[in-house]
Amino acid sequence: MKIAVCIKRVPVMEVKFAIAKDGASVDETGLKYDVNDFDLWAVEAALQLNEKNAPGEVTVISLGPDAASEQIRKALSMGADKGVLLKADKVPGDAFAVAEALAAELKAGAYDVILFGKKSIDFDNSATGAMVGELLGLPVVTGVSKLEIAGGKGTAHRAVEGGVEVLEFPLPAIVTVDEGLNKERLPSLKGIMAAKKKPLETKPAQLGGAGVTVSKMELPPERAAGRIVGEGAAAVPELVRLLQSEAKVL
Amino acid sequence: MATEIAPAESFLPSPELRPREADLFNIDAALTEEERAVRDSVRRFVDEEVLPIIGKHYVDGTFPKHLIPKMGELGVFGANLPEEYGCAGLNNVQYGLIMQELERGDSGIRSFASVQGALVMYPIYAFGSEEQKRHWLPKMATGEVIGCFGLTEPDYGSNPAGMITVAREQADGSWVLNGAKMWITNGSQAHVSVVWAKAVPHGQTEVGDERTIRGFVVPTDTPGFRARDQKGKLSLRASDTSELILEDVRLPADAILPKSGGLKSPLMCLTQARYGISWGALGAAIACYEEAVSYSKNRVMFDKPIGAFQIQQVRLADMLTEIVKGQLVSLHLGRCKDLGTFTPQMVSLAKRNNVNIATDIAREARRLLGGNGILAEYASMRHMANLESVYTYEGTHDVHSLILGQAITGHSAFK
Ligand SMILES: Cc1cc2nc3c(=O)[nH]c(=O)nc-3n(C[C@H](O)[C@H](O)[C@H](O)COP(=O)(O)OP(=O)(O)OC[C@H]3O[C@@H](n4cnc5c(N)ncnc54)[C@H](O)[C@@H]3O)c2cc1C
Ligand SMILES: Cc1cc2nc3c(=O)[nH]c(=O)nc-3n(C[C@H](O)[C@H](O)[C@H](O)COP(=O)(O)OP(=O)(O)OC[C@H]3O[C@@H](n4cnc5c(N)ncnc54)[C@H](O)[C@@H]3O)c2cc1C
Repeated sequence: MKIAVCIKRVPVMEVKFAIAKDGASVDETGLKYDVNDFDLWAVEAALQLNEKNAPGEVTVISLGPDAASEQIRKALSMGADKGVLLKADKVPGDAFAVAEALAAELKAGAYDVILFGKKSIDFDNSATGAMVGELLGLPVVTGVSKLEIAGGKGTAHRAVEGGVEVLEFPLPAIVTVDEGLNKERLPSLKGIMAAKKKPLETKPAQLGGAGVTVSKMELPPERAAGRIVGEGAAAVPELVRLLQSEAKVL
Repeated sequence: MATEIAPAESFLPSPELRPREADLFNIDAALTEEERAVRDSVRRFVDEEVLPIIGKHYVDGTFPKHLIPKMGELGVFGANLPEEYGCAGLNNVQYGLIMQELERGDSGIRSFASVQGALVMYPIYAFGSEEQKRHWLPKMATGEVIGCFGLTEPDYGSNPAGMITVAREQADGSWVLNGAKMWITNGSQAHVSVVWAKAVPHGQTEVGDERTIRGFVVPTDTPGFRARDQKGKLSLRASDTSELILEDVRLPADAILPKSGGLKSPLMCLTQARYGISWGALGAAIACYEEAVSYSKNRVMFDKPIGAFQIQQVRLADMLTEIVKGQLVSLHLGRCKDLGTFTPQMVSLAKRNNVNIATDIAREARRLLGGNGILAEYASMRHMANLESVYTYEGTHDVHSLILGQAITGHSAFK
């Protein structure tokens, strides 16, 4: 099977964020980057699908600055076969602008399955995969927590409020991956060395026009310190009273 | 009229210079992408596989054996040896970063990897025949075969030149080994031991000096070979340390490492391992520092997080400074090792400094943690106790002082 996985370079969440001088973007000083979690699960899903239905090929595509080649290499070190960097110095916050560029690249690839993460943990739009599906006229299944492909068609589970929805779809198709589908493998040290020798092609991203721009960013207000109202069972009535009268959550 | 004094704020760093919280000194900038990738993979492995279980293994005095195949799969054993023998073919900085991350978990885990890679795979690679390499290295890289390194003896620790273990050559070219080794990491679980002994050629009876020391590859199921765990350790508890007894151990002619010759050979192995230890000790220090930082932010005493008191800030600032200095020492050493320009004296400096600062950092972290600092639930005291072994093995701190002293003054102060 020919599988494409679209992955995004996102900041690692272990540092406190600060807003840049323009007031509408994140200050990148001291930030570290990694592959978006959901996209790692998508890469893992692709590798597992091809291990089951060998032979196959997994292509990893990322739209981002030159530095995003590091995230592509990570996917290659996990076992993907080749990478494409759609170069854009700034990644637009508008998912549609990104989706157009990805669709332009994916169109020519004759992929059987195109995988995305359900969302990226930075902009949190949950939109790119579905938009690409629309642009390519392919069936789209979003947020899958279980995925099987056999005999030219796919079956996927989606967690819905209080239950599971089971979907079937023909190939080619677009699938966006939710948490719980799998746990991504660690790149082995040999894998990291092998990734250096795998093909990684760079071309300019054909970004679409952005309909939406970020005008302002604000940090959430500082939380006030917690308060201990007592200990053990004796504290429960007071706690309930405060949750009702003060916090107004009950 | 008094000169105007600038307001205090102007001495503070500009708010635009945001500190890097995770990597204040931006050491990452000195690493390549592949170096960071290796570090991050091993870091993840340690976070997920080692940290949740290591406290219990330490208290119980057991090595977590189930991690051996997993470490093999990840590729940490002999990772700087070539791919043609099943190894990862990494550079020496990558190898060092692996040691740092493993010891961030526990010195016992790192010791296992050091012994396997630098003390058993390395001598087979450097001094072995092509058949020995092909036979042992791929299985050791996966962890299927575990190795140990037998140099130290009960009466010859810092001075291995005096060893009494002897290998006598027989008429047919085979060998018979007799002697005892002590403090041997992995001794009781090893499948193969690289044993160092004074070789006596056939027809000779007298045992020679340190120039006759040779390495032997001894399968541990050879009759006459026994290993017994040393009990009652208060340090490096999550690691097996054993005594080896060799009683008329008969080995074929091809058990000798053909290119080994003299005390220089085991010392070359130790140079490899010590290089890794210089990084490893920093890993233990980082674990303690990070634990102390997090505790200082969360522990409130006298109505403030203890990290808001100057005493604790000095502690943390000293810890971080020493870690960063140590990292730059090891990084430079690793680059020199890759270029082939490093010397054993440089390795002595790095091992001596980095292990020493790590012992201090672990103790200070333990103290910052107050009463909690003595519990196995926290890592600092475990590291503090472990590092005493690391301070002693692979050349004690004192011995490295003497090596440096000799290099500086030209006078040997060993004897
Ligand atoms: C947990 C652990 C694991 C080990 N694993 C291995 C292993 O896998 N394989 C192996 O071969 N060995 C191993 N060792 C042995 C280790 O290398 C020795 O313990 C070390 O070389 C010191 O020898 P010793 O213990 O006999 O101490 P000694 O040599 O007896 O030293 C005692 C003290 O005297 C000092 N001293 C010695 N000589 C001088 C001098 N000339 N001038 C001034 N001071 C001096 C030392 O610095 C030390 O403070 C291990 C040790 C430990 C603790
Ligand atoms: C084995 C053991 C036995 C014990 N037995 C008893 C017992 O029998 N009875 C009993 O009542 N207690 C006992 N204790 C408790 C002991 O007295 C406390 O652990 C000690 O008072 C420290 O308190 P803490 O552990 O909460 O540390 P913390 O007070 O939280 O201190 C943590 C760190 O912050 C530092 N710190 C605290 N305040 C400041 C400040 N203002 N400025 C700068 N630094 C500060 C401390 O020096 C320490 O480094 C015992 C403790 C241990 C470990």
